[in-house]
Amino acid sequence: MHTNPSDLIVVDQLSKYYRVANKQPGFKGTVKHFFDRKTYDVSAVTDISFKIAPGEIVGFLGANGAGKTTLLKMMCGLIHPSTGLVDVGGYSPQRRQTAFLKEITLVMGQKQQLIWDLPPMDSLYVNAAVYGLSDHEAKVRINELAEMLELGEELTRPVRKLSLGQRMKSEILAALLHKPSVLFLDEPTLGLDVNAQARVRSFLSEYNKRTGATILLTSHYMADITALCPRVICIHKGKLFYDGDLDSLANSLSPSREVKVELKDPCASEQFEKYGEIQDLNDRFVCLLVSRDKLTDVVSNLLTDFNIIDLEISDPPIDQLIGELFIKGEVN
Amino acid sequence: MRIFGLSLKVFKTLLTTQYAYMLEYRIEIALWALSGVLPFIMFSLWSQNDVGNSFGLNDVGLARYFLSAFLVRQFSVVWVVFSFEEDSLTGRLSPYLLQPLHPLFRYVASHLAEQATRLPFAIAIAIIFFILNPSSFWLPSLPQLFLAYLSTHFAFTIAFLLQSLVAALCFWTEKSSALERLIFVPYLFLSGLLVPLSAFPSNVLKVAMLTPFPYLINFPAKILSGMPVDISNGFLAQILWISILVPSVNILWKLGVKRYTAMGA
Repeated sequence: MHTNPSDLIVVDQLSKYYRVANKQPGFKGTVKHFFDRKTYDVSAVTDISFKIAPGEIVGFLGANGAGKTTLLKMMCGLIHPSTGLVDVGGYSPQRRQTAFLKEITLVMGQKQQLIWDLPPMDSLYVNAAVYGLSDHEAKVRINELAEMLELGEELTRPVRKLSLGQRMKSEILAALLHKPSVLFLDEPTLGLDVNAQARVRSFLSEYNKRTGATILLTSHYMADITALCPRVICIHKGKLFYDGDLDSLANSLSPSREVKVELKDPCASEQFEKYGEIQDLNDRFVCLLVSRDKLTDVVSNLLTDFNIIDLEISDPPIDQLIGELFIKGEVN
Repeated sequence: MRIFGLSLKVFKTLLTTQYAYMLEYRIEIALWALSGVLPFIMFSLWSQNDVGNSFGLNDVGLARYFLSAFLVRQFSVVWVVFSFEEDSLTGRLSPYLLQPLHPLFRYVASHLAEQATRLPFAIAIAIIFFILNPSSFWLPSLPQLFLAYLSTHFAFTIAFLLQSLVAALCFWTEKSSALERLIFVPYLFLSGLLVPLSAFPSNVLKVAMLTPFPYLINFPAKILSGMPVDISNGFLAQILWISILVPSVNILWKLGVKRYTAMGA
């Protein structure tokens, strides 16, 4: 693979296999499993290649078990690849050199590094010492990030007494204390309510703008991806099947757009069949799916033929499209 | 200043934080301290049957030995394999592996902080022991105390490294705490926790002294209780075991961490 000096992350033909044991149910299966354990290799990631430039925010999309978290773990150096190459800023992540570790961070939505029975501040000062920050640097940095994350006295309350949202924000603070330039975020908004999700998203966006950090993100919440990631990498059954901007993905997934019309008077469904595929018809409201190439003509005709109060054109929800995509397992 | 490649600041911060954490569990730690009364049970057993004389010890000598064994045990007890196994299986190890600090240092800090938390309870138990056995009261000399302190720390280091060796097997077996039993049984019999090693037949003693176990309890306890002991050879053996175990843990860790699958994370 040709590497460009401007590429921060280079992933080349990366694969990961896990050896797993197979056990049949029941007592017989247990005995057999004890004396004659059968193992086989499961492919979690297969032959994936891509490059990421500094400062990019890239979203990794995929169903559960697709391989996106395994990919993230290989890029941050947590697990060793079976074959292939990962290069992050000139470092081989699995060697976990100190200089590399000081440049990256990993946030896992379902895991915590904060000490459960102590206030986050204690864990923050441990991290500050581990990353070689002076007391003054640590204080300034904590204040700066706490302000961005809207954290205050929560930092001096035991972690176990914090809400999930406060805990997650404290986790993010702990993970970013050493000013990492590459952020690996695995489901950072998992389990958070809508408001907390929005705050984490706006923080990440702001952090990227302020520091130019590269952010690699996996999330099951499409809102995270649409709000943060201009570029997405889709993984299905361990293989990469889309790498590009989110808009193009939406276009390739759905060559149509939704036209929602509010009518002054109720109309029969037959009257709309010639304009497009009827998605919904309810008294004076109609939702049509219209192919992009006919969109201008259809809208123009609708405005001429009907007495319209309001008209809205939108893309079908991206999460719906992606969901369908994973079910189908291919891009149209 | 650096201690084993660790800056003094990191060392101090880890210790103070872990101490604060341990204080949250002070009642639990007091119970753990109480649970280490096996040497007192053994003392009661041997002294009632007048077996002590066959060890070359009178009742006072026996009492001092077992109190010393209790104190050494309090400050050399190790549980790294259990914490490490849990952290490894639940994925909590993952963030530790991505920080520029060897994860084992965190466990060392936890142990040292726990020892500091145990100290008042251990002293209280020793005072109660002296009240119940006033004839056994003694105050070790300062050099004796210093050597006992040093040998207990070496004992802790050996025990920690031995268990870390087993803990590193988590990368292969997932439930390596079961393997810890392989260490615990010889530890129980050969460390001097049940009986001073001088009670062993000479050929058994010779074999026992080739293992690290007599240097975990018997050697520091003998120093503390004022029993005759070959101090230079004892320290030499402790240092030798530490120098064998440090690279062994290091190699096994490096090999194991390549197999880490970050389960549960």
